[in-house]
Amino acid sequence: MAEPSTETRGSAKPASAPPPPHTDHGHDDHGHGHEAHDPIHAANPHLAHHFDTPQQQFDAGKLGIWLFLLTEVLFFSGLFCAYTVYRAMHPEVFVYAHYFLDTKLGAVNTCVLLISSLTAAWAVRNAQLAEKKALMLNIVITIACAFTFMSVKYVEYAHKYHDGLLPGKAFQPKEQIWELKSFRDKHPEAAEYAEKLAKLDEKKATPPAAAPAEAGKTAPAEAGKAEPAEAERIERPTEEELEPLLAAGLVGPRSLDPSAHISRPRMAHVFFGIYFFMTGLHGFHVLIGIGIWVWMLVKASKGHFGPAYFGPVDFTALYWHLVDLIWIYLFPLLYLIH
Amino acid sequence: MASPSTTADAAIPQTKGADDNYLTHDKGFASWAFTLDHKRIGVMYLASILTAFALGGFFALAVRTELWTPGETIMKHDTYNQMFTLHGAIMVFLVIIPGIPAGLGNIILPLHLGAKDVAFPKLNLASYYLWIIGCVCMLTSLATNAVDTGWTFYAPYSTTTQTNVLPAAFGAFILGFSSIFTGLNFIVTIHKLRPPGMTFFRMPLFVWALYSTALIQVLATPVIGITLLMMMVERVFGLGIFDPALGGDPVLFQHFFWFYSHPAVYIMIVPAFGVISEIIPTFSRKRLFGYQFIAISSLAIAFLGFLVWGHHMFTSGQSVLAGTIFSAITFLIAIPTAIKIFNWVTTMYKGRIHLDTPMLYALAFLWVFTIGGLTGVFLAVMGVDVHLHDTYFVVAHFHYVMMGGAITAFLGGLHYWFPKAFGKMYNERTGRIGAIIVFVGLNLTFFPQFILGSRGMPRRYYNYLPEFQGLHQLSTIGAFTLGIGFLLTAVSLGRAMKNGKKAPNNPWGAVTLEWLTTSPPPYYNFHTPPPVTAGPYDGYEDLVYDEKIGGYVAKKKA
Amino acid sequence: MSDDKPEADKPEATETEAASTPPPSTEADHTVRTTETVATPEERSKLQLSDEPKPDEPKKNNSHDKHAPAAAHDHGDGHDHGLAHTMPIALLFGVLGALLALTVATVAVTAIDLGAQGNLIVAMVIATVKALLVCTFFMHLLWDKKFNLVLFLTSVLFLILFLGMTTADRAENQQAIDQYRALQLGVK
Repeated sequence: MAEPSTETRGSAKPASAPPPPHTDHGHDDHGHGHEAHDPIHAANPHLAHHFDTPQQQFDAGKLGIWLFLLTEVLFFSGLFCAYTVYRAMHPEVFVYAHYFLDTKLGAVNTCVLLISSLTAAWAVRNAQLAEKKALMLNIVITIACAFTFMSVKYVEYAHKYHDGLLPGKAFQPKEQIWELKSFRDKHPEAAEYAEKLAKLDEKKATPPAAAPAEAGKTAPAEAGKAEPAEAERIERPTEEELEPLLAAGLVGPRSLDPSAHISRPRMAHVFFGIYFFMTGLHGFHVLIGIGIWVWMLVKASKGHFGPAYFGPVDFTALYWHLVDLIWIYLFPLLYLIH
Repeated sequence: MASPSTTADAAIPQTKGADDNYLTHDKGFASWAFTLDHKRIGVMYLASILTAFALGGFFALAVRTELWTPGETIMKHDTYNQMFTLHGAIMVFLVIIPGIPAGLGNIILPLHLGAKDVAFPKLNLASYYLWIIGCVCMLTSLATNAVDTGWTFYAPYSTTTQTNVLPAAFGAFILGFSSIFTGLNFIVTIHKLRPPGMTFFRMPLFVWALYSTALIQVLATPVIGITLLMMMVERVFGLGIFDPALGGDPVLFQHFFWFYSHPAVYIMIVPAFGVISEIIPTFSRKRLFGYQFIAISSLAIAFLGFLVWGHHMFTSGQSVLAGTIFSAITFLIAIPTAIKIFNWVTTMYKGRIHLDTPMLYALAFLWVFTIGGLTGVFLAVMGVDVHLHDTYFVVAHFHYVMMGGAITAFLGGLHYWFPKAFGKMYNERTGRIGAIIVFVGLNLTFFPQFILGSRGMPRRYYNYLPEFQGLHQLSTIGAFTLGIGFLLTAVSLGRAMKNGKKAPNNPWGAVTLEWLTTSPPPYYNFHTPPPVTAGPYDGYEDLVYDEKIGGYVAKKKA
Repeated sequence: MSDDKPEADKPEATETEAASTPPPSTEADHTVRTTETVATPEERSKLQLSDEPKPDEPKKNNSHDKHAPAAAHDHGDGHDHGLAHTMPIALLFGVLGALLALTVATVAVTAIDLGAQGNLIVAMVIATVKALLVCTFFMHLLWDKKFNLVLFLTSVLFLILFLGMTTADRAENQQAIDQYRALQLGVK
């Protein structure tokens, strides 16, 4: 039955024709079924029967969506908590991993979402003023921004897949971080030093036929100590060379294989687990947001919204702003670590 | 009853006749499946929840039967693990958490507020269907190598066991959303749909209880959602957040889990407090003592409940600092709880007590919940908990508060509002007998478990030393007694639904707003909200019992 | 009120509407529980009720009930229109500008190294400023009922509680874990 209402966005249903008066069908009709004697419901086809005034309906809806946003904050809290705990306990993992992330793409996504927040808030204004065309345009732009966000996200994910940077058991990075442009740009000396050490390791892994006995020897954990044969070629590293490697857990007690010259942090895969989970869950919320905006677009095209009834747009926009808010925090936490 | 100013209402043609109520208003499966009437949704919840209760009870009896003798009695140890897991998961997620709020609250809350419905009727229906989906997911796990992790899903066992954890965890995840949406709905209803004159401090205490519960539901449940999600993802993708073999931290899982699950137990008990606050004044024919204290204490319990989750983790590897903080704050919760108990008892003092079935349940509650609550304080002491953690003492404690608290109050409320919801009176004698058998069974089942636990019997063990057998057998006998009591109650209420005497509007002489409507209420509850000028427990003296209708009516003014 | 009296004894007999029991009491000192029919004007004045069914709801919207565009007056100044405040477009763009500027800033500041703690603090401060802008303006909290703000702050509070307690607890143990690990490595 056609029951107009402005509930929280999870279950808002499109309102169609106002309920016909005088018929006794289920929940619509009751003491207020006679629109003739209830001017408020008669004048407001989108006013649900259990509310007395549009203001009450709107306020109830607003309170409802804020409560829902509260639950969303707490929902993401678990992930932020895991992030906080792991970053506090294993900072090297985060330093290591952030070199793999493309800050530019992250910044682009941030800007895209901010713009979509603008159009969402603007759409609310349009709905309040019954500016149908502008409303539809703003919704379309919001959706377009959302799609852009998801596309950039897809590109990022594709890169990660290509580079073997998958969460959990599937984590098999194809590149070493000192081979990455982001690392080389920031720490050129450390990158060079790391290359030297890596070559050393390669040499050891394929020993010359003359010295098979040395094949099994692994270098001590301390970077800087070199095989006697190489002593004259690898000097003690300077602060600049060593520090970024230590910070990224490539050497030292936190690395995966402390006996190797160059390794990676023992818990590197945890970062990518958290990364994919947080951005994935966020992306999932963006997708849901797109769905709801499309629905709002349909309702807007039918001319439902006006000064007495713009709740659904307002509430959808609030949800959308929360999605933006979460990204505002995700961006520096995941992409801007240094 | 119509006064001249209600000519507008009088002009509405009554197409369905004078006896029309929400049960008879629309017929057919679709009218129930797609209903937006909170009362019908509440009834569907009740039916579903009671069915789940029977299923959970079946697993309880399976567990207790296995424990009749040490060693294998009727099942292997792996099966035993599945039995207690299913018992716990079904009872916690499908029965007690939704129980009073969704079952009774859905029917009564708008009536208590003189409202036509909850704020978001469609969301309400969605909550119910989410419950159904969650139930189906759990049953899927049940039917296919049932989960055996315990209802607490601790990692890393839950992320590595070969049993079917995913459907059960996913079911609990969905049920979480059902709970959240119910809570959300109730908060908005209470804020926005109160009648004129009903300030917050004129609301019935059941409403206060539902409000506090809803706040917990909305704040805490999302955390279990994300925890279960993380656990499921770790299980499938090996994320490495909880499993130490993958670099994770199992105590982190416990923090996440208990951040919700401790407030969850308050979701279970605070509505029960609300029910008791309704029953005791009515059946003492006396104004509730200390209304404001009881109201605020509900909020205090809800708030404090968020600060104590670590008391489930004293022996888990949690730091001593955290343990101390959690222990100290846990002691504090006893204060608002005790205030309630004292106020209820004081309400009865110098009242005119009627020992009808709901009152028997309420009295049972007072006794049993006090025991349960106090033993919780024992467990809050870290030094004591080190010995009692993971023993039967804990099992006895939480069954005393959950079974003796929440379920007892649920049954009391069910009997209390049964005439209103279904328009029929149940047989008082069988009701009372059922209540007494349940009370006896409860104590017989769980009191021996305190002794078992303090003597060292661990929980979740199917095998035990022969010295424990006597107490275990006592407990098993008690469990079957409980079962008989529940069965009797179910039969009694079932027969009443079919052949019960027609209920008057106000069989108990209560003074909250739901008793102003017919039994059962019309589908629209109230034409307009009745104005309220006094507290919710004032006016017993204005009502007098009328033999002809078997209920209370207003006294004639001389 | 007197016409209700004869029916007091037989509430069941007069169920043209959903009837009920206690008829309205005329004495002001007794519990007033009227039937669920509309209170008479006399009762309403006694109870000092306005016509508005919900006394705590604003009474201003009857003129805006018509479902029709009301673009007659200027809304650029963001005054209250109907059910809620309307955002002025200039303000919207202003906030966006600030947000984009802050985004640029937060990326640019990564060039300066203030130590691990410092970097995190700066990033979080900037993010929080952005969040406040979004909340206050885009999400309308500045003009909204204060309770919604309370709700949002409560969620943040609980977030901090959760994160804080858990991190503190795990931090206490991390030392022990590291020592154990060092021991393990030493033995190897």
